[in-house]
Amino acid sequence: MSFAWAKQYEPKSAFTKWIDEKLPFPRLVYNAVGAGYPVPRNLNYMWNFGVLAGFCLMIQIVTGVVLAMHYAANQAVAFGTVEHIMRNVNYGWMMRYAHANGASFFFIVIYLHIFRGFFYSSYKAPREMIWLLGVVIFLLMMATAFMGYVLPWGQMSFWGAQVITGLFSAIPLVGEPLQVWLLGGFAPDNAALNRFFSLHFLLPFVIAGVVILHIWALHIPGSSNPTGVEVKQESDTVPFHPYYTSKDGFGLGVFLIFFTLFVFFLPNVLGHPDNYIEANPLSTPALIVPEWYFYPFYAILRAFTGDLTIPFTGIVLIPAKLLGVIGMFGAILVWFFLPWLDKSPVRSGHYRPLFRKFFWFGLMPTMAALFYLGGAHAEEPYIMLSQIFTAYYFMHFLVILPIISQIEVPKPLPFSITEGVLGSDKPGTTSGGGKIDPDSVVDGRPGTATDGSLQPAE
Amino acid sequence: MSIRFGGIIAGLAITLVLVLWSLAPGVYNFAFGPAPEKQPSYAFYEHGEGPAGGFSFDGAFGKWDYGQLQRGYQVYKEVCSACHSLKFVAFRNLRELGYTEAEVDAEAKSWTVPGIDPDTGETTTRPGMPTDYFPMPFPNSIAAAAANNNAIPPDLSLMTKARHDGSNYVYDLLTGYGEPDPEKAAKVGFETPLGLYFNKHFPNVNIAMAPPIAIDGQVTYADGTEATVSQMSKDVAAFLTWTAEPSLIERKQTGWFVLGFLLFATVLAFLSYKQVWAGMKPKKK
Repeated sequence: MSFAWAKQYEPKSAFTKWIDEKLPFPRLVYNAVGAGYPVPRNLNYMWNFGVLAGFCLMIQIVTGVVLAMHYAANQAVAFGTVEHIMRNVNYGWMMRYAHANGASFFFIVIYLHIFRGFFYSSYKAPREMIWLLGVVIFLLMMATAFMGYVLPWGQMSFWGAQVITGLFSAIPLVGEPLQVWLLGGFAPDNAALNRFFSLHFLLPFVIAGVVILHIWALHIPGSSNPTGVEVKQESDTVPFHPYYTSKDGFGLGVFLIFFTLFVFFLPNVLGHPDNYIEANPLSTPALIVPEWYFYPFYAILRAFTGDLTIPFTGIVLIPAKLLGVIGMFGAILVWFFLPWLDKSPVRSGHYRPLFRKFFWFGLMPTMAALFYLGGAHAEEPYIMLSQIFTAYYFMHFLVILPIISQIEVPKPLPFSITEGVLGSDKPGTTSGGGKIDPDSVVDGRPGTATDGSLQPAE
Repeated sequence: MSIRFGGIIAGLAITLVLVLWSLAPGVYNFAFGPAPEKQPSYAFYEHGEGPAGGFSFDGAFGKWDYGQLQRGYQVYKEVCSACHSLKFVAFRNLRELGYTEAEVDAEAKSWTVPGIDPDTGETTTRPGMPTDYFPMPFPNSIAAAAANNNAIPPDLSLMTKARHDGSNYVYDLLTGYGEPDPEKAAKVGFETPLGLYFNKHFPNVNIAMAPPIAIDGQVTYADGTEATVSQMSKDVAAFLTWTAEPSLIERKQTGWFVLGFLLFATVLAFLSYKQVWAGMKPKKK
């Protein structure tokens, strides 16, 4: 599953040869993230976030497993065991702050990864499956993060669980019994806490499994790149190792510096003070909000304030709560349809003048505003603003993208990645990237066209 | 084509529902409806600034002021502990305030904790030991509510983390008692409800807790520091910051070490990145 010029794994010692015969795991690694994976040479720093997301998942699993050794999922003691971790477990405070802030940084990385996909149309053929699996990972992450936030059993844990599981009660007919079934009771209780812990432990490994599928699917067509022109020749690519391992290593260092600043100096800034108050079903916090990474979707949920009625009759077709739930889930589900909503043959936003305007002056300000509004009090003018931005959000994906992909005149694309990087693509003018052989330029073969036909798999 | 067509229809439908059934009534209400009612008490709330000069543990290079923590502990012991528990802190933790082992032993003994008579098995009380946690001032929450005008005094272990900007909040709250401006109160018809106390730094300005630190010299400090209301409030706020996060200073110091290592490692990573890519990157334009 690679290009013809990909380097082949050659075991050197007798031992590695023996291993390669019995279980070619080193070969698999070599082909996946080693020198055997040719990657476009022009990737910018926005292509760093996939590796960082994988690293975040590992941080979360390692710190999470250690935390689980000291935590007890029982409503009588859960809050206390978290404090036990903070006070009595050696470096427990570091583990817990790394885990809590690790979730936030995981989402920061994932959002940047997703927005990179939006701008460079990484979802387009032949990479639809990578994108679809990515959205699945995002949904699993949201479920995992939500359940993890319940575990400390603070006020926001309890009331967040109450509000989010309450969303299911909006579903007609089966809603109320469904909520009771999900919680194992009429309100978040020991049963809910226990099953959330169980699922919070399970889901990261499910995520890891889907990540493997995500990377597998990625290796079929190979990585996308900022020009959006498919790889045509050997000079378009460099081996993943050492070129991108070194670049990603630097990116990882920068990421860890930011992460460290939060874990050691601002560990509670991204959390909510109310979660240091033990859960109390009799006292509702003044403002119930989820963690910051859910704010855009929480803003969309709260934007639907009016029932859908038949005017002047008072007959309610869809209650506001259900509209909000549809809106919130729809906001993510719409991503599943992106590859077919945006049919422009050009991938990169750099070559799409109209698309680029809507991206920078439409989608990005909308996301920023929704991030802010999701955490704001439910009062005017925040409600009106979140309604306006929610409307734009859906218009952008469902109406604007299909129309601009139809009417836009894209800028001319470079012939190849090499030309995009060097300004020309003549044999002998390129430096690096392996040998330059004009015969290796296979023009017109499947996969070289920007219409998105598949690359040959092997 | 059909997916795009369906998408456009769905997008317009969602927008239409949102704009006509949610946004339009909201705008109408905002423009012509009655202004949202605000409780008159909000007019009296003032945002506090914390103690002048801040705390010794503020900032990335902050340090505990052990004398202050010990004074704060004394204030907790002599004032706050009458009503507020400190359930996540054990006497042994007092070692971190700079007390010696013998002092911690003696300090623990000065508290009475619930125990069990070894002969009869009946519940009784005994002097505390370093391994004991701070005792609860009330046997249960009903007793706590009954003794405090139906408001349960919250546990203070995590108070400074359970409020926004908690250390300053505790200081402000303790120094925020007083009387509302009578002219303003008469104008909006504001009166502190019976059994509550006016505190300009409490979110709704009516607090159930009577002024705990009311007069200068309420506590006689062992180290001779003048016990003004402001000094006592600052000291106990510092002590409660320690109870909320005993690892605060260790955390920041570890952070500098980690940061130093990462800066070094990142510079190395950058240099190796440049080394690997040397000759690959064209000098464009």
